[in-house]
Amino acid sequence: MDGFKGKAAVVGFALSPFSRDSRKTELRLSCEVIRDALDDAGLLVTDVDGLVKHADDASDEHAVSSSMGMENLTFFGEVKWGAAPCAMLLRAAMGVASGAARCVVVYRAVNGASRLRMTPSMKTSGQMSTSDLLQWTFHSPFGLTTEAGRVAMTVRRYMHDSGARSEQLGWVPVVCREHGACNPGGAYHGKPIRLEDYLASDLVVDPLRRLDCSEASDGAAAFVVTTPEVARDLRQKPVCILGAAQSMVRDTEMLAGYYRRDPARLPEVRDVGAKLFRTAGVSAGEIRVAQLDDAYGPLVPIQLEELGFCRQGEGASFCEGGSRIRRNGAIALNTSGGSLGEGHLCGMNLVAEAVRQIRGTSTNQVNTAELSLVVTGAGGPAAGLLLAAL
Amino acid sequence: MSVDYDAGHPIPAPTVHPDNQGFWDGVMRQELVIQRCGSCGAWAHPPRPMCPECRSPKREWSRAKGKGTVVSFVTYRQSVHPGFKVPYSVVLVELEEGVRLVSNLQGVKPEEIRIGMPVEAVFERINEEVVLPKFRKVD
Repeated sequence: MDGFKGKAAVVGFALSPFSRDSRKTELRLSCEVIRDALDDAGLLVTDVDGLVKHADDASDEHAVSSSMGMENLTFFGEVKWGAAPCAMLLRAAMGVASGAARCVVVYRAVNGASRLRMTPSMKTSGQMSTSDLLQWTFHSPFGLTTEAGRVAMTVRRYMHDSGARSEQLGWVPVVCREHGACNPGGAYHGKPIRLEDYLASDLVVDPLRRLDCSEASDGAAAFVVTTPEVARDLRQKPVCILGAAQSMVRDTEMLAGYYRRDPARLPEVRDVGAKLFRTAGVSAGEIRVAQLDDAYGPLVPIQLEELGFCRQGEGASFCEGGSRIRRNGAIALNTSGGSLGEGHLCGMNLVAEAVRQIRGTSTNQVNTAELSLVVTGAGGPAAGLLLAAL
Repeated sequence: MSVDYDAGHPIPAPTVHPDNQGFWDGVMRQELVIQRCGSCGAWAHPPRPMCPECRSPKREWSRAKGKGTVVSFVTYRQSVHPGFKVPYSVVLVELEEGVRLVSNLQGVKPEEIRIGMPVEAVFERINEEVVLPKFRKVD
Protein backbone atom coordinates (compact mmCIF):
# COMPACT_ATOMS: atom_id res chain seq x y z
CA MET A 1 0.00 0.00 0.00
CA ASP A 2 2.72 2.46 0.89
CA GLY A 3 4.07 1.47 -2.53
CA PHE A 4 1.97 4.10 -4.25
CA LYS A 5 1.50 6.61 -1.48
CA GLY A 6 1.56 9.99 -3.16
CA LYS A 7 2.41 8.51 -6.55
CA ALA A 8 -0.90 9.32 -8.23
CA ALA A 9 -3.18 12.35 -8.36
CA VAL A 10 -6.73 13.12 -9.41
CA VAL A 11 -6.46 15.94 -11.91
CA GLY A 12 -9.93 16.07 -13.39
CA PHE A 13 -13.45 14.88 -12.84
CA ALA A 14 -16.96 15.39 -14.12
CA LEU A 15 -20.48 14.47 -13.06
CA SER A 16 -23.44 14.45 -15.40
CA PRO A 17 -26.69 15.99 -14.16
CA PHE A 18 -28.67 13.71 -11.83
CA SER A 19 -31.96 12.90 -13.50
CA ARG A 20 -34.95 10.58 -13.48
CA ASP A 21 -34.58 9.92 -17.19
CA SER A 22 -31.36 10.78 -18.99
CA ARG A 23 -32.82 9.83 -22.40
CA LYS A 24 -29.29 8.77 -23.34
CA THR A 25 -27.62 5.40 -23.61
CA GLU A 26 -25.16 4.58 -20.88
CA LEU A 27 -22.40 4.51 -23.50
CA ARG A 28 -23.21 8.05 -24.54
CA LEU A 29 -23.32 9.15 -20.89
CA SER A 30 -19.90 7.53 -20.41
CA CYS A 31 -18.36 9.26 -23.42
CA GLU A 32 -19.77 12.66 -22.52
CA VAL A 33 -18.67 12.52 -18.90
CA ILE A 34 -15.18 11.31 -19.85
CA ARG A 35 -14.88 14.17 -22.35
CA ASP A 36 -15.93 16.62 -19.60
CA ALA A 37 -13.49 15.16 -17.07
CA LEU A 38 -10.62 15.47 -19.56
CA ASP A 39 -11.66 19.07 -20.29
CA ASP A 40 -11.67 19.73 -16.56
CA ALA A 41 -8.11 18.40 -16.35
CA GLY A 42 -6.92 20.13 -19.50
CA LEU A 43 -6.00 16.82 -21.14
CA LEU A 44 -6.82 15.35 -24.54
CA VAL A 45 -8.52 12.06 -25.36
CA THR A 46 -5.23 10.99 -26.94
CA ASP A 47 -3.44 11.46 -23.60
CA VAL A 48 -5.50 8.62 -22.09
CA ASP A 49 -3.76 5.25 -21.92
CA GLY A 50 -5.85 3.56 -19.22
CA LEU A 51 -9.56 2.91 -18.55
CA VAL A 52 -11.18 1.47 -15.44
CA LYS A 53 -14.85 0.52 -15.67
CA HIS A 54 -17.45 -1.02 -13.35
CA ALA A 55 -18.27 -4.69 -13.87
CA ASP A 56 -22.03 -4.00 -13.87
CA ASP A 57 -21.85 -1.22 -16.46
CA ALA A 58 -22.94 -1.69 -20.04
CA SER A 59 -20.21 0.51 -21.56
CA ASP A 60 -17.18 -1.69 -22.18
CA GLU A 61 -13.70 -0.20 -22.49
CA HIS A 62 -13.42 -0.97 -26.20
CA ALA A 63 -16.77 0.67 -26.90
CA VAL A 64 -15.71 3.82 -25.04
CA SER A 65 -12.27 3.78 -26.62
CA SER A 66 -13.62 3.37 -30.15
CA SER A 67 -16.40 5.89 -29.64
CA MET A 68 -13.98 8.54 -28.40
CA GLY A 69 -11.04 7.86 -30.67
CA MET A 70 -8.64 6.81 -27.94
CA GLU A 71 -5.30 5.41 -29.06
CA ASN A 72 -2.80 3.08 -27.48
CA LEU A 73 -4.54 1.95 -24.28
CA THR A 74 -2.11 -0.04 -22.15
CA PHE A 75 -4.16 -0.56 -18.98
CA PHE A 76 -7.86 -1.46 -18.66
CA GLY A 77 -10.22 -3.66 -16.72
CA GLU A 78 -13.19 -3.88 -14.41
CA VAL A 79 -13.84 -3.39 -10.73
CA LYS A 80 -16.93 -4.76 -8.99
CA TRP A 81 -19.54 -4.17 -6.30
CA GLY A 82 -20.56 -1.24 -4.17
CA ALA A 83 -17.04 -0.45 -3.03
CA ALA A 84 -16.07 0.22 -6.63
CA PRO A 85 -15.94 4.03 -6.61
CA CYS A 86 -12.93 4.05 -4.28
CA ALA A 87 -11.62 0.71 -5.54
CA MET A 88 -11.65 1.99 -9.14
CA LEU A 89 -9.50 4.96 -8.11
CA LEU A 90 -7.22 2.52 -6.28
CA ARG A 91 -6.89 0.51 -9.50
CA ALA A 92 -6.11 3.68 -11.46
CA ALA A 93 -3.51 4.74 -8.89
CA MET A 94 -1.91 1.30 -9.12
CA GLY A 95 -1.70 1.63 -12.87
CA VAL A 96 -0.10 5.05 -12.72
CA ALA A 97 2.25 4.29 -9.81
CA SER A 98 3.48 1.07 -11.41
CA GLY A 99 4.14 2.65 -14.75
CA ALA A 100 1.57 0.46 -16.50
CA ALA A 101 -0.16 3.66 -17.59
CA ARG A 102 0.36 7.40 -17.38
CA CYS A 103 -3.18 8.74 -17.58
CA VAL A 104 -6.06 6.55 -16.43
CA VAL A 105 -9.75 7.42 -16.73
CA VAL A 106 -12.19 5.89 -14.24
CA TYR A 107 -15.80 6.03 -15.39
CA ARG A 108 -19.26 4.83 -14.51
CA ALA A 109 -22.59 5.53 -16.22
CA VAL A 110 -25.86 4.16 -14.89
CA ASN A 111 -29.44 4.73 -15.94
CA GLY A 112 -30.49 3.68 -12.48
CA ALA A 113 -33.83 5.46 -12.39
CA SER A 114 -35.23 5.08 -15.88
CA ARG A 115 -34.15 1.49 -16.41
CA LEU A 116 -34.46 -0.80 -13.48
CA ARG A 117 -31.23 -2.56 -12.56
CA MET A 118 -30.51 -5.19 -9.95
CA THR A 119 -34.15 -6.17 -9.66
CA PRO A 120 -35.00 -9.08 -7.38
CA SER A 121 -35.93 -11.21 -10.39
CA MET A 122 -32.33 -11.00 -11.59
CA LYS A 123 -31.37 -12.82 -8.47
CA THR A 124 -33.82 -15.68 -8.65
CA SER A 125 -32.84 -19.09 -9.85
CA GLY A 126 -31.57 -19.89 -13.28
CA GLN A 127 -28.98 -17.25 -14.03
CA MET A 128 -26.93 -17.09 -10.88
CA SER A 129 -23.30 -17.87 -10.36
CA THR A 130 -22.45 -20.42 -7.69
CA SER A 131 -21.16 -17.61 -5.48
CA ASP A 132 -24.52 -15.84 -5.76
CA LEU A 133 -26.23 -19.11 -4.88
CA LEU A 134 -24.37 -19.34 -1.61
CA GLN A 135 -26.32 -16.36 -0.42
CA TRP A 136 -29.47 -15.99 -2.48
CA THR A 137 -30.88 -19.47 -2.35
CA PHE A 138 -30.92 -19.17 1.43
CA HIS A 139 -32.52 -15.70 1.42
CA SER A 140 -34.99 -15.28 -1.44
CA PRO A 141 -37.33 -18.21 -0.72
CA PHE A 142 -37.98 -16.61 2.68
CA GLY A 143 -38.94 -13.27 1.15
CA LEU A 144 -35.61 -11.58 1.82
CA THR A 145 -35.39 -10.49 -1.78
CA THR A 146 -34.06 -6.93 -1.65
CA GLU A 147 -30.92 -5.02 -0.75
CA ALA A 148 -32.93 -2.88 1.65
CA GLY A 149 -34.18 -6.00 3.45
CA ARG A 150 -30.67 -7.32 3.93
CA VAL A 151 -29.45 -3.97 5.22
CA ALA A 152 -32.45 -3.75 7.55
CA MET A 153 -31.38 -7.01 9.20
CA THR A 154 -28.04 -5.44 10.14
CA VAL A 155 -29.70 -2.20 11.23
CA ARG A 156 -32.20 -3.99 13.50
CA ARG A 157 -29.37 -5.79 15.26
CA TYR A 158 -27.36 -2.56 15.52
CA MET A 159 -30.35 -0.82 17.14
CA HIS A 160 -30.69 -3.72 19.56
CA ASP A 161 -27.01 -3.79 20.49
CA SER A 162 -26.42 -0.04 20.75
CA GLY A 163 -29.85 1.22 21.81
CA ALA A 164 -29.96 3.44 18.70
CA ARG A 165 -33.41 4.89 18.06
CA SER A 166 -35.13 6.11 14.88
CA GLU A 167 -35.10 9.64 16.31
CA GLN A 168 -31.29 9.47 16.26
CA LEU A 169 -30.76 7.58 13.00
CA GLY A 170 -32.99 10.10 11.20
CA TRP A 171 -30.38 12.83 11.58
CA VAL A 172 -28.23 11.21 8.89
CA PRO A 173 -30.75 11.79 6.08
CA VAL A 174 -31.72 15.15 7.61
CA VAL A 175 -28.12 16.43 7.53
CA CYS A 176 -27.42 14.89 4.11
CA ARG A 177 -30.48 16.65 2.71
CA GLU A 178 -29.44 19.88 4.44
CA HIS A 179 -26.07 19.68 2.73
CA GLY A 180 -27.68 18.68 -0.54
CA ALA A 181 -30.14 21.55 -0.30
CA CYS A 182 -27.24 24.01 -0.85
CA ASN A 183 -25.80 22.03 -3.76
CA PRO A 184 -27.14 23.42 -7.05
CA GLY A 185 -25.78 20.40 -8.93
CA GLY A 186 -27.70 17.85 -6.87
CA ALA A 187 -31.13 16.33 -7.24
CA TYR A 188 -32.36 17.78 -3.93
CA HIS A 189 -31.23 21.40 -4.30
CA GLY A 190 -33.46 23.60 -2.16
CA LYS A 191 -35.28 20.56 -0.76
CA PRO A 192 -34.24 19.97 2.86
CA ILE A 193 -36.23 17.70 5.16
CA ARG A 194 -36.89 17.85 8.89
CA LEU A 195 -36.69 15.05 11.43
CA GLU A 196 -40.50 15.02 11.53
CA ASP A 197 -40.57 14.29 7.81
CA TYR A 198 -38.20 11.40 8.40
CA LEU A 199 -40.27 9.96 11.23
CA ALA A 200 -43.42 10.28 9.12
CA SER A 201 -41.88 8.53 6.13
CA ASP A 202 -43.12 5.01 5.41
CA LEU A 203 -41.45 1.95 6.82
CA VAL A 204 -40.37 0.16 3.69
CA VAL A 205 -38.83 -2.80 5.40
CA ASP A 206 -38.93 -2.19 9.11
CA PRO A 207 -36.72 -0.73 10.60
CA LEU A 208 -35.74 1.04 7.34
CA ARG A 209 -37.85 4.01 6.29
CA ARG A 210 -38.28 5.41 2.81
CA LEU A 211 -35.97 8.33 3.70
CA ASP A 212 -33.25 5.94 4.89
CA CYS A 213 -32.91 4.60 1.36
CA SER A 214 -31.27 6.64 -1.38
CA GLU A 215 -33.13 6.69 -4.65
CA ALA A 216 -31.32 5.67 -7.83
CA SER A 217 -30.63 8.39 -10.39
CA ASP A 218 -29.62 8.33 -14.00
CA GLY A 219 -26.15 9.76 -14.29
CA ALA A 220 -22.47 9.33 -14.89
CA ALA A 221 -19.12 10.26 -13.40
CA ALA A 222 -15.52 10.15 -14.55
CA PHE A 223 -12.15 10.85 -12.94
CA VAL A 224 -8.73 11.37 -14.47
CA VAL A 225 -5.73 10.00 -12.57
CA THR A 226 -2.12 10.66 -13.53
CA THR A 227 1.37 10.97 -12.07
CA PRO A 228 2.31 13.84 -9.74
CA GLU A 229 4.80 15.10 -12.34
CA VAL A 230 2.11 15.46 -15.00
CA ALA A 231 -0.41 16.70 -12.44
CA ARG A 232 1.61 19.78 -11.50
CA ASP A 233 1.39 21.28 -14.98
CA LEU A 234 -2.35 20.87 -15.49
CA ARG A 235 -5.36 23.15 -15.22
CA GLN A 236 -6.68 22.16 -11.78
CA LYS A 237 -5.17 22.07 -8.33
CA PRO A 238 -3.99 18.45 -8.21
CA VAL A 239 -5.45 16.17 -5.57
CA CYS A 240 -3.01 13.58 -4.30
CA ILE A 241 -4.15 10.01 -3.54
CA LEU A 242 -2.42 9.73 -0.20
CA GLY A 243 -3.90 6.32 0.49
CA ALA A 244 -6.26 3.84 -1.11
CA ALA A 245 -7.45 0.61 0.49
CA GLN A 246 -9.82 -2.30 -0.02
CA SER A 247 -11.01 -4.84 2.55
CA MET A 248 -12.73 -8.19 2.55
CA VAL A 249 -12.66 -10.28 5.73
CA ARG A 250 -13.86 -13.67 6.95
CA ASP A 251 -17.54 -14.08 6.15
CA THR A 252 -17.92 -10.89 4.10
CA GLU A 253 -21.20 -11.19 2.23
CA MET A 254 -22.98 -8.75 -0.05
CA LEU A 255 -24.82 -6.38 2.31
CA ALA A 256 -25.40 -9.27 4.69
CA GLY A 257 -22.82 -10.03 7.34
CA TYR A 258 -25.25 -12.49 8.88
CA TYR A 259 -22.90 -15.36 9.25
CA ARG A 260 -20.12 -13.65 11.12
CA ARG A 261 -19.82 -13.44 14.88
CA ASP A 262 -21.19 -9.93 15.14
CA PRO A 263 -23.80 -9.26 12.45
CA ALA A 264 -24.11 -5.55 13.32
CA ARG A 265 -20.52 -4.49 12.65
CA LEU A 266 -18.75 -3.40 9.48
CA PRO A 267 -15.24 -4.81 9.94
CA GLU A 268 -14.34 -4.09 6.30
CA VAL A 269 -14.87 -0.36 6.91
CA ARG A 270 -12.83 -0.57 10.11
CA ASP A 271 -9.95 -2.18 8.24
CA VAL A 272 -10.09 0.30 5.37
CA GLY A 273 -9.94 3.23 7.80
CA ALA A 274 -7.11 1.74 9.83
CA LYS A 275 -5.07 1.07 6.72
CA LEU A 276 -5.63 4.54 5.27
CA PHE A 277 -4.74 6.30 8.51
CA ARG A 278 -1.66 4.11 9.02
CA THR A 279 -0.43 4.72 5.47
CA ALA A 280 -0.86 8.46 5.80
CA GLY A 281 0.46 8.56 9.37
CA VAL A 282 -2.65 10.32 10.69
CA SER A 283 -5.35 9.57 13.24
CA ALA A 284 -9.12 9.79 12.88
CA GLY A 285 -9.05 12.91 15.02
CA GLU A 286 -7.17 14.78 12.29
CA ILE A 287 -9.91 14.18 9.71
CA ARG A 288 -12.49 17.00 9.44
CA VAL A 289 -14.49 15.88 6.41
CA ALA A 290 -15.66 12.47 5.27
CA GLN A 291 -17.92 11.12 2.54
CA LEU A 292 -19.33 7.86 3.87
CA ASP A 293 -21.50 5.29 2.12
CA ASP A 294 -25.03 6.55 2.67
CA ALA A 295 -26.90 4.40 0.17
CA TYR A 296 -28.66 3.36 3.40
CA GLY A 297 -28.52 6.05 6.08
CA PRO A 298 -28.45 3.85 9.20
CA LEU A 299 -25.16 2.28 8.10
CA VAL A 300 -23.49 5.69 8.54
CA PRO A 301 -23.38 5.69 12.38
CA ILE A 302 -21.79 2.23 12.27
CA GLN A 303 -19.17 3.51 9.82
CA LEU A 304 -18.46 6.51 12.10
CA GLU A 305 -17.76 4.00 14.89
CA GLU A 306 -15.63 1.68 12.78
CA LEU A 307 -13.53 4.60 11.52
CA GLY A 308 -12.93 5.82 15.06
CA PHE A 309 -14.82 9.12 14.86
CA CYS A 310 -16.78 8.01 17.92
CA ARG A 311 -16.81 5.01 20.23
CA GLN A 312 -18.47 1.72 19.40
CA GLY A 313 -22.20 1.88 20.06
CA GLU A 314 -22.24 5.69 20.12
CA GLY A 315 -22.66 6.39 16.41
CA ALA A 316 -26.37 7.13 16.61
CA SER A 317 -26.06 9.49 19.59
CA PHE A 318 -23.10 11.13 17.80
CA CYS A 319 -25.43 11.92 14.88
CA GLU A 320 -28.35 13.04 17.05
CA GLY A 321 -29.17 16.71 16.60
CA GLY A 322 -26.89 16.88 13.58
CA SER A 323 -24.38 19.38 14.98
CA ARG A 324 -21.42 16.99 15.01
CA ILE A 325 -21.88 15.90 11.39
CA ARG A 326 -22.76 19.23 9.79
CA ARG A 327 -20.25 21.27 7.78
CA ASN A 328 -18.91 22.94 10.91
CA GLY A 329 -19.13 19.87 13.11
CA ALA A 330 -16.47 17.54 14.42
CA ILE A 331 -16.66 15.57 11.19
CA ALA A 332 -18.42 17.13 8.22
CA LEU A 333 -20.41 14.30 6.66
CA ASN A 334 -21.34 13.96 2.99
CA THR A 335 -20.94 17.64 2.26
CA SER A 336 -22.45 17.50 -1.25
CA GLY A 337 -25.45 15.69 0.20
CA GLY A 338 -24.16 12.23 -0.67
CA SER A 339 -26.39 9.49 -2.03
CA LEU A 340 -29.28 10.61 0.18
CA GLY A 341 -28.99 14.35 -0.45
CA GLU A 342 -27.23 14.87 -3.79
CA GLY A 343 -28.24 11.77 -5.71
CA HIS A 344 -27.57 8.07 -5.87
CA LEU A 345 -24.89 7.47 -8.43
CA CYS A 346 -23.62 4.26 -6.85
CA GLY A 347 -21.22 6.30 -4.67
CA MET A 348 -19.30 7.90 -7.54
CA ASN A 349 -20.44 11.36 -6.44
CA LEU A 350 -18.98 10.74 -2.97
CA VAL A 351 -15.53 10.52 -4.55
CA ALA A 352 -16.21 13.68 -6.58
CA GLU A 353 -17.07 15.56 -3.41
CA ALA A 354 -13.96 14.27 -1.66
CA VAL A 355 -11.94 15.76 -4.55
CA ARG A 356 -13.83 19.07 -4.33
CA GLN A 357 -13.00 19.37 -0.64
CA ILE A 358 -9.28 19.37 -1.46
CA ARG A 359 -9.73 21.69 -4.43
CA GLY A 360 -11.75 24.01 -2.21
CA THR A 361 -14.77 24.02 -4.51
CA SER A 362 -17.48 22.30 -2.45
CA THR A 363 -20.76 24.12 -1.95
CA ASN A 364 -20.27 23.13 1.70
CA GLN A 365 -16.54 23.74 1.82
CA VAL A 366 -14.80 22.77 5.05
CA ASN A 367 -12.13 25.44 5.44
CA THR A 368 -9.82 23.26 7.46
CA ALA A 369 -10.01 20.27 5.09
CA GLU A 370 -6.41 19.21 4.55
CA LEU A 371 -7.34 15.55 4.42
CA SER A 372 -10.42 14.26 2.66
CA LEU A 373 -11.76 10.78 3.39
CA VAL A 374 -14.21 8.78 1.30
CA VAL A 375 -15.50 5.26 1.98
CA THR A 376 -17.68 3.12 -0.30
CA GLY A 377 -19.08 -0.38 0.09
CA ALA A 378 -20.51 -0.38 3.62
CA GLY A 379 -22.07 -3.77 4.31
CA GLY A 380 -19.90 -5.75 1.91
CA PRO A 381 -16.38 -5.58 0.57
CA ALA A 382 -15.33 -1.98 1.32
CA ALA A 383 -12.87 0.51 -0.10
CA GLY A 384 -11.66 3.98 0.80
CA LEU A 385 -9.46 6.85 -0.27
CA LEU A 386 -7.59 9.49 1.66
CA LEU A 387 -6.94 12.58 -0.43
CA ALA A 388 -4.78 15.66 0.18
CA ALA A 389 -3.28 18.54 -1.73
CA LEU A 390 -0.26 17.47 -3.78
CA MET B 1 -48.43 -20.23 8.34
CA SER B 2 -45.48 -17.89 8.68
CA VAL B 3 -46.05 -15.84 5.55
CA ASP B 4 -49.27 -15.23 3.68
CA TYR B 5 -48.41 -16.38 0.17
CA ASP B 6 -50.20 -15.47 -3.03
CA ALA B 7 -50.44 -18.81 -4.80
CA GLY B 8 -50.84 -17.06 -8.14
CA HIS B 9 -47.25 -15.81 -7.94
CA PRO B 10 -44.69 -18.51 -7.22
CA ILE B 11 -41.98 -17.49 -4.78
CA PRO B 12 -38.31 -17.84 -5.67
CA ALA B 13 -37.57 -21.55 -5.19
CA PRO B 14 -34.34 -22.83 -3.67
CA THR B 15 -31.71 -23.66 -6.25
CA VAL B 16 -30.24 -27.05 -5.43
CA HIS B 17 -26.71 -27.84 -6.56
CA PRO B 18 -23.91 -30.19 -5.44
CA ASP B 19 -22.63 -27.89 -2.70
CA ASN B 20 -25.99 -27.44 -0.95
CA GLN B 21 -27.92 -30.58 -1.90
CA GLY B 22 -27.62 -32.22 1.53
CA PHE B 23 -29.40 -29.28 3.17
CA TRP B 24 -32.35 -29.29 0.76
CA ASP B 25 -32.60 -33.10 0.68
CA GLY B 26 -32.91 -32.95 4.46
CA VAL B 27 -35.62 -30.31 4.23
CA MET B 28 -37.65 -32.52 1.86
CA ARG B 29 -37.45 -35.25 4.54
CA GLN B 30 -38.46 -32.61 7.11
CA GLU B 31 -35.10 -32.81 8.83
CA LEU B 32 -32.86 -29.86 9.55
CA VAL B 33 -29.55 -31.05 8.16
CA ILE B 34 -26.51 -28.80 8.34
CA GLN B 35 -23.19 -29.18 6.60
CA ARG B 36 -20.31 -30.40 8.75
CA CYS B 37 -16.65 -30.94 8.12
CA GLY B 38 -15.71 -34.60 7.82
CA SER B 39 -12.25 -33.82 9.17
CA CYS B 40 -12.58 -31.28 11.99
CA GLY B 41 -16.32 -31.42 12.66
CA ALA B 42 -16.96 -27.66 12.22
CA TRP B 43 -20.56 -26.78 11.29
CA ALA B 44 -21.05 -24.55 8.26
CA HIS B 45 -23.97 -22.62 6.82
CA PRO B 46 -24.49 -21.60 4.09
CA PRO B 47 -22.89 -24.79 2.75
CA ARG B 48 -19.46 -24.46 1.19
CA PRO B 49 -17.30 -26.76 -0.94
CA MET B 50 -14.42 -26.63 1.55
CA CYS B 51 -14.14 -26.29 5.32
CA PRO B 52 -13.23 -22.67 6.14
CA GLU B 53 -11.66 -23.89 9.40
CA CYS B 54 -9.33 -26.64 8.17
CA ARG B 55 -9.53 -26.55 4.33
CA SER B 56 -10.74 -30.16 4.18
CA PRO B 57 -12.89 -30.89 1.09
CA LYS B 58 -14.60 -33.70 3.01
CA ARG B 59 -18.12 -32.33 3.43
CA GLU B 60 -20.71 -34.23 5.44
CA TRP B 61 -24.29 -33.60 6.50
CA SER B 62 -25.47 -33.86 10.05
CA ARG B 63 -28.86 -33.48 11.65
CA ALA B 64 -29.06 -30.35 13.82
CA LYS B 65 -31.15 -30.22 16.97
CA GLY B 66 -33.33 -27.50 15.42
CA LYS B 67 -33.19 -25.27 18.50
CA GLY B 68 -32.07 -21.69 18.29
CA THR B 69 -32.70 -18.03 19.04
CA VAL B 70 -33.67 -14.99 16.97
CA VAL B 71 -30.59 -12.87 16.25
CA SER B 72 -32.30 -10.22 14.11
CA PHE B 73 -35.44 -9.71 12.05
CA VAL B 74 -37.01 -7.37 9.52
CA THR B 75 -40.61 -6.76 8.50
CA TYR B 76 -41.52 -6.03 4.90
CA ARG B 77 -44.32 -3.46 4.99
CA GLN B 78 -44.22 -2.63 1.29
CA SER B 79 -44.55 -5.34 -1.29
CA VAL B 80 -41.45 -6.16 -3.34
CA HIS B 81 -42.54 -9.57 -4.64
CA PRO B 82 -46.17 -10.43 -5.43
CA GLY B 83 -45.78 -13.93 -3.99
CA PHE B 84 -45.35 -12.59 -0.44
CA LYS B 85 -48.29 -10.64 1.01
CA VAL B 86 -47.23 -7.81 3.32
CA PRO B 87 -46.64 -7.42 6.13
CA TYR B 88 -44.35 -10.37 6.66
CA SER B 89 -41.20 -10.81 8.70
CA VAL B 90 -37.91 -12.49 7.95
CA VAL B 91 -35.81 -13.71 10.87
CA LEU B 92 -32.17 -14.55 11.31
CA VAL B 93 -31.91 -17.54 13.64
CA GLU B 94 -28.77 -18.78 15.36
CA LEU B 95 -28.88 -22.52 15.97
CA GLU B 96 -27.39 -24.12 19.06
CA GLU B 97 -24.78 -25.56 16.71
CA GLY B 98 -23.58 -21.99 16.13
CA VAL B 99 -24.64 -21.42 12.53
CA ARG B 100 -27.28 -18.92 11.39
CA LEU B 101 -30.21 -19.35 9.01
CA VAL B 102 -32.51 -16.87 7.33
CA SER B 103 -36.13 -18.00 7.74
CA ASN B 104 -39.63 -17.02 8.84
CA LEU B 105 -41.46 -17.47 12.15
CA GLN B 106 -44.75 -19.33 12.31
CA GLY B 107 -47.55 -18.03 14.49
CA VAL B 108 -45.83 -14.86 15.74
CA LYS B 109 -47.02 -11.40 14.67
CA PRO B 110 -44.28 -9.02 13.43
CA GLU B 111 -44.67 -6.75 16.47
CA GLU B 112 -44.26 -9.72 18.83
CA ILE B 113 -40.89 -10.84 17.48
CA ARG B 114 -37.99 -10.17 19.85
CA ILE B 115 -34.25 -10.61 19.49
CA GLY B 116 -33.23 -13.45 21.79
CA MET B 117 -36.57 -15.25 21.41
CA PRO B 118 -36.07 -19.05 21.62
CA VAL B 119 -37.34 -20.90 18.56
CA GLU B 120 -37.41 -24.39 17.06
CA ALA B 121 -37.42 -25.64 13.50
CA VAL B 122 -40.60 -26.73 11.72
CA PHE B 123 -41.24 -27.53 8.08
CA GLU B 124 -43.75 -25.86 5.85
CA ARG B 125 -44.93 -27.08 2.46
CA ILE B 126 -45.27 -24.00 0.26
CA ASN B 127 -46.44 -25.72 -2.94
CA GLU B 128 -45.99 -29.02 -4.75
CA GLU B 129 -42.28 -28.49 -5.28
CA VAL B 130 -41.16 -26.42 -2.34
CA VAL B 131 -40.77 -27.24 1.35
CA LEU B 132 -39.01 -24.65 3.53
CA PRO B 133 -37.50 -24.85 7.00
CA LYS B 134 -39.30 -22.38 9.25
CA PHE B 135 -39.30 -21.73 12.98
CA ARG B 136 -41.82 -21.35 15.75
CA LYS B 137 -41.60 -19.78 19.16
CA VAL B 138 -40.71 -22.02 22.09
CA ASP B 139 -42.25 -21.07 25.44
